[in-house]
Amino acid sequence: MKKIYLDYNATTPVHPEVLDAMMPYFKDFYGNPSSVHSFGQETRKAVEDAREKIANLLGAENPSEIVFTSCGTESNNFAIKGIAFDNKDKNCHIITSAIEHHAVLKPCEYLSKKFGVDVTYLPVDKCGIVNPDDVKKSITEKTVLISIMYANNEVGTLQPLEEIAKIAKEKNIIFHTDAVQVVGKIPIDVKKLGVDLLSISGHKLYAPKGIGVLYIKKGTKLHPLLHGGSHEKNRRAGTENVPYIVGLAKACEIALKNMKDENDRILKLRQKLEKGILEKIEYVQINGHIMKRLSNTSNISFNFIEGEGILMSLDLDGFAASTGSACTSGTLEPSHVLSAMGVPPEKTQGSVRFSLGHYTTEKDIDKLLEILPKIVERLRSMSPLWEDKKRSEIRD
Amino acid sequence: MQYSSKVMEHFNNPRNVGEIADADGVGNVGNPICGDIMRLYIKVKDGIIVDAKFKTFGCGAAIATSSMVTEMVKGKSVDEALKISNRAVAEALGGLPPVKMHCSVLAEEALRAAIDDYHKKNPE
Repeated sequence: MKKIYLDYNATTPVHPEVLDAMMPYFKDFYGNPSSVHSFGQETRKAVEDAREKIANLLGAENPSEIVFTSCGTESNNFAIKGIAFDNKDKNCHIITSAIEHHAVLKPCEYLSKKFGVDVTYLPVDKCGIVNPDDVKKSITEKTVLISIMYANNEVGTLQPLEEIAKIAKEKNIIFHTDAVQVVGKIPIDVKKLGVDLLSISGHKLYAPKGIGVLYIKKGTKLHPLLHGGSHEKNRRAGTENVPYIVGLAKACEIALKNMKDENDRILKLRQKLEKGILEKIEYVQINGHIMKRLSNTSNISFNFIEGEGILMSLDLDGFAASTGSACTSGTLEPSHVLSAMGVPPEKTQGSVRFSLGHYTTEKDIDKLLEILPKIVERLRSMSPLWEDKKRSEIRD
Repeated sequence: MQYSSKVMEHFNNPRNVGEIADADGVGNVGNPICGDIMRLYIKVKDGIIVDAKFKTFGCGAAIATSSMVTEMVKGKSVDEALKISNRAVAEALGGLPPVKMHCSVLAEEALRAAIDDYHKKNPE
């Protein structure tokens, strides 16, 4: 059975060209970039070339604004704790949203519990969008940071970043965005967006797991998370992960080259997927903004059934998708994103996220559209909620 | 998270899905907010459970435990059926991941609720 992967928002496979670019830096060019000798000079050059390529993808003014980290979570922790610790004497206040990734929510909760930092979690509308007016109204003289994600990982909704950045700038407040799901999918220009800090994760754009970046606009002051050597201009101690840094740069280069065509192709596939589902299956709804959304993400609620059953059935047919529902492994909490969007609990439970990517083909979508209606029908035939629904229809 | 092959088998081919129109007892437990709803029907003849069917809204483990509990009660007396514990259901399925043990609790509760309903309808 051919396995079909539709979970690219969770992670992506390493692109073959990325792997090729990385390989020499494990065995042949292994010098410590901080070393003075020629071994070190070779890898130092590789790291600085990579920094320049990544700065280029982001439209950064200067390559020194790119700081390498170990992952997206570290980048988010660095941004949030770094700013809070830099303002620790001020009894500070942070504004974020209710739909952020846990890599933003948890550091905020930590700062709040351990250091008494005041945190505002802004609500979102039914499409998952933060209202810039709410940002404006929440600002106090103690606000030191606004952190709003660029695109949500579960539903793909894009936020009005430029408007929020403008508000932050007017009040002289640092603005951070978790852009982990966006980088490599749509063009990013940090200057146009007006952000001060921006988080990237390599494994979301066909680079390996274990490499991330925090873009730090020149002049932005933040405390380091890791203390040690003077790497990354004293902003992040630890010997640079040279092969992974080279891999990330290659991935950025590939993304930049193919972005428009790839985005158009994937958008067409998603449109086909959603049109097909809406035609073939009754009582479904698409979560997130219909237009202002990542082209690859489709979050769908199948009413009267539960998401995990759909995922398990899909898996038996070779498909990999995911759910933010109660049965996401390890947690029984329903999706905080869908809940914040006002999706009622029984529909939250029945949501499935399909996220498309580089290797998704039209055939894959055709096959999914062939088996998904059968899966939904089978699970509904077992559901007491479906039984009640059918009975009430007969009565009507 | 890893399910046992027995759980997967019962999820994929659940036994006794459906309703019993003239059931002697019906148990309804759970709610959509906590994520699982089970509806269990029993048919009783001379104190013996002769048939059991279920409908479940819930995860794979919830469907598998429903299927297993209906298998376990068939042929048992009402009193014997009351002794079936959630642990016994989970064990019969080759174990459940810790975060899914509540599904077996729900199956036990659904069974008790169906038997309670039977007793209410058939006072001695």
